[in-house]
Amino acid sequence: MRDLLPLIQNETLKIWKKKRFYVILLILLVLIPIFTYAQMRVSQTNAVHFKDWRNQIQQQITDLQNTLASDRVPEEWKKYDRIEILRLQYYLDHDVNPSSPDAVSFTRQFMASSVSLFFPLMILAIASDLVSGERSSGTIKMLLTRPVKRWKILMSKLVALTLYVSLAIVATGAVSYLISGAVFGYGGWSMPVFTGFGVQGGTIDASGVHAVPQWLYLFMQSGLIWVSCMTVAVLSLMVSVLLRSTAASIVTMMAAVISGTILSGMTSSWESAKYLFSVNIDLTDYLEGVPAPIDGMNLVFSLGVLAAWSAAALAVSFGIFTKQDILN
Amino acid sequence: MTIEYKIRKLDQEKEVLPQKSEPEPDGRDKRLSEAATVLSVRGLKKKIRGTWIIHQVDFDVKAGEIFGFLGPNGSGKTTTIRMLVDLIKPTEGEVLIGGHSVQRNPERALAEVGSIVENPEMYPFMSGWENLEHFARMQRGIDKNRIREVAEIVRLDDRIHDKVKTYSLGMRQRLGIAQALLGRPKLLILDEPTNGLDPKGIKELREFIRMLADSGISLFISSHLLSEIQLMCDRVAIIAGGRVLSVGRVDELVAQAGSYVLWKTDRPEEAERLLLQEPQLRILREGEYRMDESALAHLEGAVVTTVPEAALPGLVARLAGAGIAIHAVQRVAPTLEEMFLTLTEENES
Repeated sequence: MRDLLPLIQNETLKIWKKKRFYVILLILLVLIPIFTYAQMRVSQTNAVHFKDWRNQIQQQITDLQNTLASDRVPEEWKKYDRIEILRLQYYLDHDVNPSSPDAVSFTRQFMASSVSLFFPLMILAIASDLVSGERSSGTIKMLLTRPVKRWKILMSKLVALTLYVSLAIVATGAVSYLISGAVFGYGGWSMPVFTGFGVQGGTIDASGVHAVPQWLYLFMQSGLIWVSCMTVAVLSLMVSVLLRSTAASIVTMMAAVISGTILSGMTSSWESAKYLFSVNIDLTDYLEGVPAPIDGMNLVFSLGVLAAWSAAALAVSFGIFTKQDILN
Repeated sequence: MTIEYKIRKLDQEKEVLPQKSEPEPDGRDKRLSEAATVLSVRGLKKKIRGTWIIHQVDFDVKAGEIFGFLGPNGSGKTTTIRMLVDLIKPTEGEVLIGGHSVQRNPERALAEVGSIVENPEMYPFMSGWENLEHFARMQRGIDKNRIREVAEIVRLDDRIHDKVKTYSLGMRQRLGIAQALLGRPKLLILDEPTNGLDPKGIKELREFIRMLADSGISLFISSHLLSEIQLMCDRVAIIAGGRVLSVGRVDELVAQAGSYVLWKTDRPEEAERLLLQEPQLRILREGEYRMDESALAHLEGAVVTTVPEAALPGLVARLAGAGIAIHAVQRVAPTLEEMFLTLTEENES
């Protein structure tokens, strides 16, 4: 470990000096005000139509029930609506506004909806050229001719990557809280959030539903986001070891991540798709109670699939990086 | 009557080939013959995708020696160098640096060596100093003073805090050497170090390399230019087609390949007749010799011969005595191709 620390310092410094993290911050600083504005418009519109938020929720429930009664809606879509009705009813019963406009709620919702695409994108900005960048610039020859074992070099890159993944998640939360708070106020930490809605073989299971203060929910959600981000990070590290070109490795990883998003929407009949990593990346859905896209998927299953993919990617990365001939 | 005896160079730099004198008994050469072996390459072979790229490479580099590695492009020079520094794993054979195997104990072996493989590529988004700090962290016992020291050795101290992307090629080259020197290596490996440098830069590099060798570091320098190796190196290994054809002192190898003596006179036929009276002299016709085009350019109509050096003064006197006006007598070193041909023929026979 004493050998590894200076190497980690090197890798952390290089990512920083390449200004990759600035890019991420810049994107956040541009995107979050836009979403904050959009959220503000939604709240304003609701405020005009409904004097009381309870009326608004009641209206939503009625709308959903009407949809359920329709024959034209496929049965497999109806389970989403049933859960949503249950969830809204729960909030109504417990007199909690689920769409309360405050900075913490905004942050929670923004982060949950970023997990399938926006977070992977940020991770790719850091991870995809970690090794391929050194190869295309030729600096890998300097790096690997120093008296350090190759696995230590890759390990130091992995640790630096983990640091930046964690930092990116914290930064997203912080920037989103600070910016949205300026509009919605900085409250909402202790607001209860209901979690534990489940679907067991077509019927909705509400026995596990319980309230969690929003700060704890945000914390749990960030943990799950961290797990899916690390899977993407480790996979893109592998692609970066395998492919010489950084552009190719970004495109490959983006294709993998996007295909997962598309597949989630259409794989209810293709069951073995649940073993693909990108279908399992939306871990925060389990917390919210959104039904999984494929039967048999649950939080433990998804964590297992992501862990298996990560372990395989690490094995391939280290196996190849330590043995590979540097020919160019 | 003036006798003009010039030594003709192959070099673009208008510099005279050093006439390597007999080794002085207590000079550099004696020190080298007693010195320890720093780099030892044993039976190195490499197969890439089913094709043997390197068939057989063996040589030793001694302490304080400047060792040349000469071969045309595509001869396996770079592949061999990459095997020396653990970038490529040999299929067979072993590389020992300071007695440690690069393949089995890279952490010990690579601590003894500094290298620049092909171009001196450093991180452009960091300053020279930050680059040196980066590589210093990869090895124990290198402090700020050492970084300052190597920056001074390569005379980069005034620009060391500028970003590398603002450096010229020569400066990058020097930064690369500074990086290679950081760990006080016993051996410095430079792959085609004069590539892309201007004549002034090449001359400076040559002096710098000599200075490093005098301080006790061994240097391993690859090149595809014979003239460069002749100017810089004590010993040389010649590689072609993935095989080391010959290892030896540079001057001996050049002598072994033979050199040409060109005679330019006012009466070539008569001169030729007189020259042929010398039994050790051979006249070569068009197509029988192979030398740099430029060597013949301003010696049109010259007689091309091979002749031992000892016979030259007598021959010059004989021609002069016969009243032939001698415009030039020039020695022309064979080209690298010529040497390869001679060496390959020897290997085959």
